Amino acid sequence: MTEANAASSTVTLVSVTLTVNGTRHALTLDPRSSLLDVLRDRLDLTGTKKGCDHGQCGACTVLIDGRRIVSCLTLAVLTDGASVTTVEGLAKDGTLHPLQQAFIDHDAFQCGYCTPGQLCSAAGLIAEGMAKTPDEIRELMSGNICRCGAYPNIVAAIQQAMRQS
Amino acid sequence: MINFQYSRANDIADAVRQMAASPSARFIAGGTNLVDLMKMNVERPAKLIDVSKLRLDKVEETASGGLRIGALVRNSDLAYHPLVKRRYPVLSSSLLAGASQQLRNMASVGGNLMQRTRCAYFYDVVTPCNKREPRSGCGAITGHNRMNAILGTSDACIAVHPSDMCVALAMLEASVHVTGPHGERAIAFADFHRLPGDTPQRDTNLEADELITSVELPPRGFETNYTYLKIRDRLSYAFALVSVAVGLELDGNTVMEARFAIGGVAHKPWRNAQAEAQLRGQPPSEATFTRAGDLVLRDAKGFGHNTFKIDLARRTIVRALSQAARATPQSQSNKKIM
Repeated sequence: MTEANAASSTVTLVSVTLTVNGTRHALTLDPRSSLLDVLRDRLDLTGTKKGCDHGQCGACTVLIDGRRIVSCLTLAVLTDGASVTTVEGLAKDGTLHPLQQAFIDHDAFQCGYCTPGQLCSAAGLIAEGMAKTPDEIRELMSGNICRCGAYPNIVAAIQQAMRQS
Repeated sequence: MINFQYSRANDIADAVRQMAASPSARFIAGGTNLVDLMKMNVERPAKLIDVSKLRLDKVEETASGGLRIGALVRNSDLAYHPLVKRRYPVLSSSLLAGASQQLRNMASVGGNLMQRTRCAYFYDVVTPCNKREPRSGCGAITGHNRMNAILGTSDACIAVHPSDMCVALAMLEASVHVTGPHGERAIAFADFHRLPGDTPQRDTNLEADELITSVELPPRGFETNYTYLKIRDRLSYAFALVSVAVGLELDGNTVMEARFAIGGVAHKPWRNAQAEAQLRGQPPSEATFTRAGDLVLRDAKGFGHNTFKIDLARRTIVRALSQAARATPQSQSNKKIM
């Protein structure tokens, strides 16, 4: 154990307020908690998936104040006061989000593990408005890995949702 | 991840004061590299000082006609900023060549500069690494070194700085503005990152108690004849094997000003003043560009797996200079290299 480690052997909990899918949560957190672990383990929102846990796969993508980020590399204490949207928050009043419907229409997944991250990332992509062509969609979705290789269908699904937005 | 104390900084002075009181603390903004390294137990700070809420998120023109970029401007916001796209398109292009949109949405400009110069052995805590543990040895020199450096290496370290943005900033001759307990100072970009020498544990010349507040660009942005060409193992979201940022000014068939910086080859963005000087006054021809590439790579040294980078870098320099001369910069979405 290093000196630095020994010096901080007591955990000092931090108060954090988060709004997740419209619901406000007052939480007391170990500062080591990633937003991903808070969503899954504290708020029971297990739609957001843990893939690599190192920001390389995109499975944990959620929206913070409308912008897509990877929740695995986001310390939850840094998001105090933020508004988070997870895959559970995409559908409204029992109606699927146009992206969710498009993913079904285009069979844009096989195992489905990357899908919540793909959906949140695509929602961020559409909000950014920077992707117009399939090349641009592929490039700006490159942070989301699909090991089943459903990429052509994912691009087609996103194009469909873009036309509707 | 080890346990750490966490506190928020209210303003720059508060951040600097808190750091002075906790020398083994780290500043955190986006955290994309720091949190990852903490998960691997490579970084073990006793305290994190959260600077993410400081008001350093403006992009504004300076009195001298340049651009001041706040240290907390997100990489994605900078890439898409109208002034950057119009006046410094090479910077926008380099940013869009780096990481993924999720990471660009998180990563700050200051954090991009402060991401660790690194290699696979730096991450692997069961292997020796002079950067992680001074004087423990280097696993990469005789190990798997395909991604490692070919220029400016030392017997202690052959890691590379993986930033794309910094390659463009080096070419643009930006300056880094910092605040510490003794006040503010500006660091020329070329002097910001270090070569490994026998102290590879130090990536930069920023003092431990200093905070980056902004990056300033001089007026010259090379808005016509530029490119950022990045060669990598997959088309997107991968570190560069070699990348080149170019800015040229042409008068008819003569190169008036030439700058280029190379990424993926050294412990810092690499420039060669002699090779740039040799281009001035010459026609923008492949022969001219080949001579410049030859000069840059003359002293390159491969370590086995990465020896291919010497030829790759030479060719990437020639291709990038040609792209800039033709005013056909590399597209970062259509990946065809013309």
